[in-house]
Amino acid sequence: MKQFEVRQKKDTRSGFGDALFELGRENEKVVGLCADLTGSLKMGAFKKEFPDRFFQTGIAEANMIGMAAGMATAGLIPFTGTFANFSTGRVYDQIRQSVAYSDKNVKICASHSGLTLGEDGATHQILEDIAMMRAMPNMTVINTCDYTQTFLATKAIADFSGPVYLRFGRPSVPDFSPNEFEIGKGILLSEGADVAIIATGHMVWEALKAAEQLEQQGYTADVINIHTIKPIDEDIVLNSAAKCGCVVTAEEHVLNGGLGEAVASVLSRNKPVPVEMIGVNDSFGESGKPMELLEKYGLSAADILKATLKAIERRKA
Amino acid sequence: MSDLNELKRIAAQVRRDIVRMVHAVASGHPGGSLGCADFLVALYFDVMNHNPSAFTMDAKNEDVFFLSNGHISPAWYSVLSRSGYFPVSELATFRKLNTRLQGHPTTAEHLPGVRIASGSLGQGLSVAVGMAEAKKLTGDKGLIYTLHGDGELQEGQIWEAAMYAAANNIDNIISVVDYNRKQIDGPTDEVLSLGDLVAKWEAFGWKVLQTDGNDMAQLLSILEKAKAETSHSKPVMIVMTTIMGKGVSFMEDDHKWHGSPPNDEQLAQALKELEETLGDY
Repeated sequence: MKQFEVRQKKDTRSGFGDALFELGRENEKVVGLCADLTGSLKMGAFKKEFPDRFFQTGIAEANMIGMAAGMATAGLIPFTGTFANFSTGRVYDQIRQSVAYSDKNVKICASHSGLTLGEDGATHQILEDIAMMRAMPNMTVINTCDYTQTFLATKAIADFSGPVYLRFGRPSVPDFSPNEFEIGKGILLSEGADVAIIATGHMVWEALKAAEQLEQQGYTADVINIHTIKPIDEDIVLNSAAKCGCVVTAEEHVLNGGLGEAVASVLSRNKPVPVEMIGVNDSFGESGKPMELLEKYGLSAADILKATLKAIERRKA
Repeated sequence: MSDLNELKRIAAQVRRDIVRMVHAVASGHPGGSLGCADFLVALYFDVMNHNPSAFTMDAKNEDVFFLSNGHISPAWYSVLSRSGYFPVSELATFRKLNTRLQGHPTTAEHLPGVRIASGSLGQGLSVAVGMAEAKKLTGDKGLIYTLHGDGELQEGQIWEAAMYAAANNIDNIISVVDYNRKQIDGPTDEVLSLGDLVAKWEAFGWKVLQTDGNDMAQLLSILEKAKAETSHSKPVMIVMTTIMGKGVSFMEDDHKWHGSPPNDEQLAQALKELEETLGDY
């Protein structure tokens, strides 16, 4: 299969911070809001260079979302920054009424999503945010896989009119993805014939590792990166499912309401094939190192590999 | 300043509109609507610098009003239409299928005059503070006005926004609380006491003014005073005492009219008490 050069190991959140800084230079309508997590969100450079366009709201996320809606009303392009948990669950109704229903051009940028937040544990490791934001009408949902993709996505959503939920994370991970990004368009990273692995966020790298291991067992896989979970790229899912005949999905999120169910929905309405889903099974997380957690909760490359073999068996049955 | 009697005549018609609107669909919130009619008339027909015939979302160099307690939509819709944002005849569609006049205000139907959805309480002050910051950033001299229910102040988000506005010297905002001391479940003091409202807002760093919200002359004078207080490094709060149901004798000062419409007989009685000054819709 195609080999991916790892340019560096870097956190996705730095991709957000670096792109926001560039956006600050390119577009004076871009403003940043942060609820006391400027360092964690890598918004420090933007804050320093554009102090008039940076708004520190304190630990008051509901007010931050509302303020962003007000700024968007005036024609600015607000980017809010806090952890994924405080970007969604804590402010669901503020996003719903003041942003999504009111069609405000607010970019909700969320770091520290999923298990790989690590040691802080379940209070901060939100695994339900994709489901919440997917359910919300008028919301675009993006989960990026590495530094480069997060950088490109941050730039892209500034040019996109409408509310966006941009989800990224804390740990340093391989930076490998191609230098291309289009909202709503999945990326076929590697081509195969026996199974389609459809992954999002940090699980994309795990999916590539799994596909490589799968080759040693005599099978090849399509590896698809779905970064935009809503609206999902139906064509890339259906084409790959038609070719391979079975699908494995992988996400750092609970199985309820996430990427797997989005893919299954597309397939069941158009081209039913066996689907295996990798994700957290109706559970909260816990403290630990990112990789330890992915292994404990069944989200490692080895788990994806097992799921691909099971999907292939089901296809043959 | 507009003629005081003319403003009172408009307010009387707005009150007729309110009771007719909620009666027509047997739903809606007449109590707070009637209580705030005078304030909204003063704001839209005298105080604000705005452009009803050419509504823009971003309101460049205009004053902006946000209704945070969205359930008093009948009063707002009446005032918006009577001041020229949309045809008065459209009031007849309130709360009906496919209407732009949703039960609670929304931007989804592109009703001129509305810039944010409201109804889920406690969110409007944050939105207003955000737009106030945007106006400051862009050198726009327009002022931001907001209205809140007193019960709404039980929402924590209000105090997040209050803290932010004072800490950041947001002095281009004039907020108003409808202090009628009533909410759905009963008197505010019984449901969850607000304590000393004036002291609370002062402690949060706001300049606080007080007025009788059902006295047009007082309203005009306090709003002028509030305007003069802007650009002095502090957000301004007007604690506005009103009577829920004001203008309809049997509705006055009774929390059961928060969200109940009048029946046919009650409507007839109410309309007898409210002069038709501008022509019913």
